[in-house]
Amino acid sequence: MNFILGMVIAAIGMGPVVMIPLVGVGLLKLNFFFGVIVPYAALAIFVIGMIYRVMNWSRSPVPYRIPTTAGQEFSYPWIKSNPIDNPKNTYGVVARMIFEVLTFRSLFRHTKLEYRNTETGPKIDYEWEKWLWLAALAFHYSFLVIFLRHFRFFMDPVPGFVLILEKLDGFMQLGLLPINGLGAPGVYLTDMLLMLALTYLLLRRIYIPQVRYISLPADYFPLFLILTLGTTGILMRYLIRVDITAVKELAIGLFTFHPVAPAGIGVIFYVHLFCLCVLISYFPFSKLCHMAGIFLSPTRNLANTSRIVRHVNPWNYPVKFHTYEAYENEFREHMIEAGLPVEKGLDSEPAKEAEE
Amino acid sequence: MADTPKPEELSKIDHAPPLMEGWMDVPAEIRPGIYCYGAKAKNLAAVGMPNARDWNPADEDWKLPDNWEQIVEEGMKDRLDKYRSFKLFMDICVRCGACADKCHFFIGSGDPKNMPVMRAELLRSVYRKKFTAAGKILGKIAGARKLTEEVLKEWWTYLYQCTECRRCSVFCPYGIDMAEITIMGRELTNLLGLNIDWIAGPVANCNRTGNHLGIQPHAYKDMIDFFVDEIEEVTGIRVEPDLNRKGAEILFVTPSGDVFADPGTYTAMGYLMLFHYLKSQGLDITWSTYASEGGNFGFFTSHEMAKRLNAKMYAEAKRLGVKWILGGECGHMWRVVHQYMNTWNGPADFLEEPVSPITGTKFETATGTKMVHIIEFTADLMRNNRLKLDPSRNDNLIVTFHDSCNTSRGMGFLEEPRYVIKNVCNNFYEMPPNTIREQTFCCGSGSGLNAGEDMELRMRGGLPRANAVKHVHEKYGVNMLSCICALDRAVLPTSLGYWVPEVAVTGVHEMVANALVFEGEKERTTNLRGEPLPGMEEEE
Repeated sequence: MNFILGMVIAAIGMGPVVMIPLVGVGLLKLNFFFGVIVPYAALAIFVIGMIYRVMNWSRSPVPYRIPTTAGQEFSYPWIKSNPIDNPKNTYGVVARMIFEVLTFRSLFRHTKLEYRNTETGPKIDYEWEKWLWLAALAFHYSFLVIFLRHFRFFMDPVPGFVLILEKLDGFMQLGLLPINGLGAPGVYLTDMLLMLALTYLLLRRIYIPQVRYISLPADYFPLFLILTLGTTGILMRYLIRVDITAVKELAIGLFTFHPVAPAGIGVIFYVHLFCLCVLISYFPFSKLCHMAGIFLSPTRNLANTSRIVRHVNPWNYPVKFHTYEAYENEFREHMIEAGLPVEKGLDSEPAKEAEE
Repeated sequence: MADTPKPEELSKIDHAPPLMEGWMDVPAEIRPGIYCYGAKAKNLAAVGMPNARDWNPADEDWKLPDNWEQIVEEGMKDRLDKYRSFKLFMDICVRCGACADKCHFFIGSGDPKNMPVMRAELLRSVYRKKFTAAGKILGKIAGARKLTEEVLKEWWTYLYQCTECRRCSVFCPYGIDMAEITIMGRELTNLLGLNIDWIAGPVANCNRTGNHLGIQPHAYKDMIDFFVDEIEEVTGIRVEPDLNRKGAEILFVTPSGDVFADPGTYTAMGYLMLFHYLKSQGLDITWSTYASEGGNFGFFTSHEMAKRLNAKMYAEAKRLGVKWILGGECGHMWRVVHQYMNTWNGPADFLEEPVSPITGTKFETATGTKMVHIIEFTADLMRNNRLKLDPSRNDNLIVTFHDSCNTSRGMGFLEEPRYVIKNVCNNFYEMPPNTIREQTFCCGSGSGLNAGEDMELRMRGGLPRANAVKHVHEKYGVNMLSCICALDRAVLPTSLGYWVPEVAVTGVHEMVANALVFEGEKERTTNLRGEPLPGMEEEE
C-alpha cells in the first residue's frame, strides 16, 4: 500500500463521516438521533472503551523494572545525578511523567539526520529539528483550549475559566482587526494554531520520505477527521452562522441529562458534532489511545531502583540451571590437575548425573 | 563468507525509502554479509531449546515445525499477557517517526525496515491481524497482515538487525522501546528454533563451561597464569590471583571475552593488577571458573535462558560464601545485573550489603543486588586517594569515551567512568553531544550480532559511532577510544579499523593499571601492550 492509497482509504473513510449527518439531519431530519443519541453513544463508547483499554493493559503485569535511563543515575553524593530523566524514587517518576505529558520532553530531543557522502568519507550530522515537537505541542494544547472553550455552550452561566481562556485566546482580535468592520468575530489564536499544526503534521507525513513510508490509513484518518472537525467549527464561527441559542440549548440538555433537540440549528453543526462523536468513539480502537497509554509506559513510569530494591515479578518461576556440582563432575580431574580447589576428591562417590 | 565492500562503497547510502511502494508485501532479502548463520542443532539441544536442527537461513526451507503458526500465535498471546510493555507498545505508537533516523542500522544501511518504528510495525501488523477486531475485519486497511512464512522470515531478518540498544526509546514520546519488542520477537523466533549460531553457541558453552567461549576451568587458569607472567614482565610485580576460593570476601565476575582476546586481555590484566595493589589494604577477592561469564547471551535468546545463565552468579557467591559480588566492565551484563538479576534470581539475602573494604564506603546503589560495578569501586578508591597514580604514563593517548548502550540507557552510568578516566589520563575529549551519554550509539555489533559472517551489517551499524570517533580524531587528534564493555573491546577495533583506522580501543581498567604506581615495581618502560611509555621511546 503506497501513501496515496493510504490517504485515499482514509479519505474514503471520511466520506460517511460527513455524509451520514448531512443525509440524516439535512434530509431525514433525525435531529434527536444525531443531536442526542449519537453523542451519548459516542461518549459511552469512549468512556467504556478507554476504561477497557486501560484495564486490559493493566491486566498484564510489569515483570521487570526497565526504565530507559536518560541521564546520570543516583550515585555517590559527589556525582550530580539527574533526578528527572533517571528518577531514583516516585517523586522523580512523577516529575518525569509531568514533563513527558505536559511538555513532550522526549520528543524535544528529536534531531534530524543529515547524511553527506564526501570525498573524505561520510559525514553524519544531527541537525536541530524542533518542528515536530512544536507542532505536536501546538496541536495538543490548541485542542485542549478549544475543548475547554466549548464549555461556553455546556454551562450557563459561562464559567469564569472559560471567559478568561476566551480573552487570552482572542487577544489577537484587537491587534489584527482594530476595525471590526467586516463583522467578523474575534479570531481565536488556537483555531489558527490547531489548523496550522494539523496541516504541518499532515504535510510532514507526506513530505518526509521515512514518515511517508511508515504512514498507514490509520495515520491519515484522524488527521482528516480533526481537520474536518476544525473546519466545520471555523465555518460555523465565521461564515455559516448557526442558531447559537439553539446549540446551547442542545448542549446544556446533553450536559444536564435533559436532552432536547431544538429545530433549525443548521446541518453543518451536526456534521461538526458527528465528527466529534466519531473521533471520541475512535479513540479506544486506535493509536489515539496513546493519551492513556503514556501513563502506563514502563520505560518512563518506573524509578531506576532495580539494584537497590528487588522488583518482584508476579509470574517468576524457578528454572533449572547447570549447577556447580554438575560442572565439577565434568571437569574435576582437570581442576585437580590444575590445582583448582574442588568440593569432592577423585576417590569420592561418583556424583549424581548432571542436571541437564 | 561474503566479502565486505570497501568503506567508499558502503557509505553510499540512500535514506529515502521507495516513493510509491508500500512495505507490507516486500519480502526480506536474506543477503550474505547481513545475516548470521542459523543455530546448529547441537547448540540448541544442549540447552533444551525447541526445534533443534541444522538449518540455513539462505535456504528456502527453514525446517519449521508443522504447527509453527500456532506456536507463534500462542507465544504472542502468552507474552502479551505477561508483559505490559509488549501489549502497550503494540497499541500506542502513532508513527510520528521521531525514532526513524535514530537507529544506527538505519543510518548505516538506509534500509527502511531498520527504522525502529518500521521494525516494530513488522510485528504490530501481525498483532493487529490476530488480536484486534479492526485488524481481523479490515485487514490491510487497518495495517494488519497475515503471518506467512515470508513474514516470519522478514521478522527474523530484522530482529537480528537490532542490537537492543534502546536509543530509539530515548526519543520516543511514549517511551516505546524497540529493544523490548526485539526481545519479545526473538523469544518467538526461538520457539521455532530460529536462533543464530553466534548466540546459540555461546549460550550452550556458557551453560556447560561457565563462559561463552567454552573455556574449561584448567584452561581458564592457564590464561590467568599467562596474564600473571605478562604483568610481571611489564611491572616486575608478580600478582597472585585466586580462583574458586571459598571464604573470600568478594566474588569477581567479568565477561570471558576479556580473558580471551586483545585488547580486552589488557583490561583483564588491569583488574588483576588493581586487586593485587589493594591486597595489602585489605582486599580479599576471588575469581570463579564456574561463574566465569559476566555477559549473558541468553538475554538475546529468551528471558528464561538469560535467567538460567545468570543464576550461576548468585549460586557461586553462595557456594563460596562471599559477602558481595564485584562485576567487571561490560555492557549488556550490566543491563542484566542492574534491571533483571535480582528479580530473576534474588533476593540475595545470603549476601551482605556491599561495603568497600578499602575505603569503608557503603555502596548505596547496590544494596539490593549486592553487586557493585568495578568502575564505581575504582572511582570511590580514587575519590579517597587510595591509589597512587601517574596519569602521565598515558600521555601518549588522546582519549575519548564511548558510552555503552546498556550502561547508559539501562542504568544511567555516565559520570563514574568519566571520573575514572580523567584520573588516569591527561588528554580527554568528548565526542559530540548527540552521540554520547544517553544518546550514545551502539558499536553496531551488540546483542549477539558480533559474528564474522555479518561483517557488512556490523560495519554499517558501526558507522555512526565510528563517524563521531573520526570527528574527534580529526579535531583533537584522538587516538584511543575507551569503553567499559567487553563486546565493544571485541568489535570496535574491527569497525574503527574499517572506518577510522588511526584510533585504537581500550578498556578503562587497562588505563588505570598503566597509571597505577606499585611499591617495589621496576622502572616501567612499556605499557601493558608492550608499547613504550611516553618518554621511554628512546630507550627502546
